[in-house]
Amino acid sequence: MLHVDIRKKLGDFQLEAAFETGAEPLALLGASGCGKSVTLRCIAGILRPDEGRIALDGRVLFDSAARIDLPPQQRRAGYLFQQYALFPNMTVRGNLLAVLRGKPNRDTLAEDALRRFRLEAVADLRPRQISGGQQQRCALARILLTDPRMILLDEPLSALDSYLKYQLELELAAVMDDFPGPILWVTHDRGEAWRNCPNVCVLEGGKASPVQPMRRLFHAPGTESAARLSGCKNFTPAQAEGALVRLPDWGVTLDPGRPIPPETRTVGIRSHTVRPAAEGERNTIPCAVERVIDDVFETIVLLRPEGAKPDTPPLRMELSKEAWQALQAPDRLTVTVSPEDILLLQ
Amino acid sequence: MDWFPLWNSLRIAAISTVLIFFLGIAAAYYIAKLPKLVKGVLDVVLTLPLVLPPTVVGYLLLRLLGPRRIIGAWALEQFGVRLVMVWWSAIFAAVVVAFPLMYRTARGAFESFDETLSQSAQTLGLPNAWIFWRVRMPCCRQGILAGTVLAFARALGEYGATSMLAGYTPGKTATVSTAVYQLWQTGDDAMAFRWVLVNVAISAVFLLTVNLLEDRQRKGGRR
Repeated sequence: MLHVDIRKKLGDFQLEAAFETGAEPLALLGASGCGKSVTLRCIAGILRPDEGRIALDGRVLFDSAARIDLPPQQRRAGYLFQQYALFPNMTVRGNLLAVLRGKPNRDTLAEDALRRFRLEAVADLRPRQISGGQQQRCALARILLTDPRMILLDEPLSALDSYLKYQLELELAAVMDDFPGPILWVTHDRGEAWRNCPNVCVLEGGKASPVQPMRRLFHAPGTESAARLSGCKNFTPAQAEGALVRLPDWGVTLDPGRPIPPETRTVGIRSHTVRPAAEGERNTIPCAVERVIDDVFETIVLLRPEGAKPDTPPLRMELSKEAWQALQAPDRLTVTVSPEDILLLQ
Repeated sequence: MDWFPLWNSLRIAAISTVLIFFLGIAAAYYIAKLPKLVKGVLDVVLTLPLVLPPTVVGYLLLRLLGPRRIIGAWALEQFGVRLVMVWWSAIFAAVVVAFPLMYRTARGAFESFDETLSQSAQTLGLPNAWIFWRVRMPCCRQGILAGTVLAFARALGEYGATSMLAGYTPGKTATVSTAVYQLWQTGDDAMAFRWVLVNVAISAVFLLTVNLLEDRQRKGGRR
């Protein structure tokens, strides 16, 4: 169990992070500059929080009140850096032997790790001479040889192109599956978080929201920023009117089919939940077609609700190319959203 | 021909370079971590000898090390050792004049070092001294080597501050560069020319060695 409750000021930036996580990977999700990396660095001991407490399985790593601040060497945090931070002046084998210094059976341990991580063929090469996948395996092997008590992944896949990224994600996930301790997975990629972590902590402007199941973040994000992080692209101001919600900027009123929380300020609608309305459907929004964008595997249609105020951003709809062709390039289109797909946000 | 000036120049340059190597690296490493204002002030102070005329450095050193000056008087009283007009006086001169070359080159090398390497090594449980000597120094070796070579060359050719601090006593404090000047001034042109040739030969051998080292390093890097 990893317990974190820290505050740190860096210039104008104020970090406030408090969360707990057990053996299941926890995603730290946030846009760049929200404090994800600062949080990881504080946990690893590279940065020192101004105040707070960090404990791992009952072992206190940092406690400003008790004046405890273990050096990174004693925290036993396996930190996977984005660029892997392999020692460039050593071979792959040398990188593994380095972390085993002082152990009597280091040669055997290193050879075992080389075999387990399929690095035997490149054991005598330098890090910059091997592929990105081999670098990641070498970095993971090096971390696991130190027998860490938790693993911190700092945007592990962000610098990669999509094909390599997919491959490395599978390998990384396989290694993480076998790891028994807490795992923090820092990312700004919602898909990556969804696929690998059952729980999520959203960081926004240095503030960490409570840990929640990943499923809830996507199905009931609660706040506009969380919805934005989960990939929602349409937002508009909302006012509750009894059981209905009025969207003044779009000039329509929708029925979400459930009680409206009093703190609702915004409605979010995911692009792929917007669809052409059939005859006699409810929650319709009559629109003019403003622009059609042909994307790789789908069509993106930018719509302007007929009652929209000027300067209102267009309503974005995503649908399959076939579905769009079937509509035969209309100038006007009435669309609808199922009640459960109307996200009521603070 | 009396070879003493050559032997004297080499020992002065060698000892100075060893001192500068450690002082320069320590200064570069620790000053980089200081607050900006302190860093700026120390930077100016430590680089000043590079831009000041060596005679000014010599004058300032005399004011510190002379037998009636603060450090000189103390050394004389405590240990009975004179700090000026002896052969090792030239070491003070060479260290102060050549130090900025090492300090600045090493600092440049440290500044371009990828700090995540040292941070990851820390999280992997490796001691800080190990990280410094086995990761940071090898990664910065090109800059460190360049700084050492420059400092050695500067120390070997030091004249201005050396002549003020150590003077010219044949067989005692004479160096190659002070010998050339003294011999020329006393009209011994033939002897002065010989020392000039020696000086040129040393410099050529030195540069050749540096080039060979660089070549080997480049090949080593490509392997």
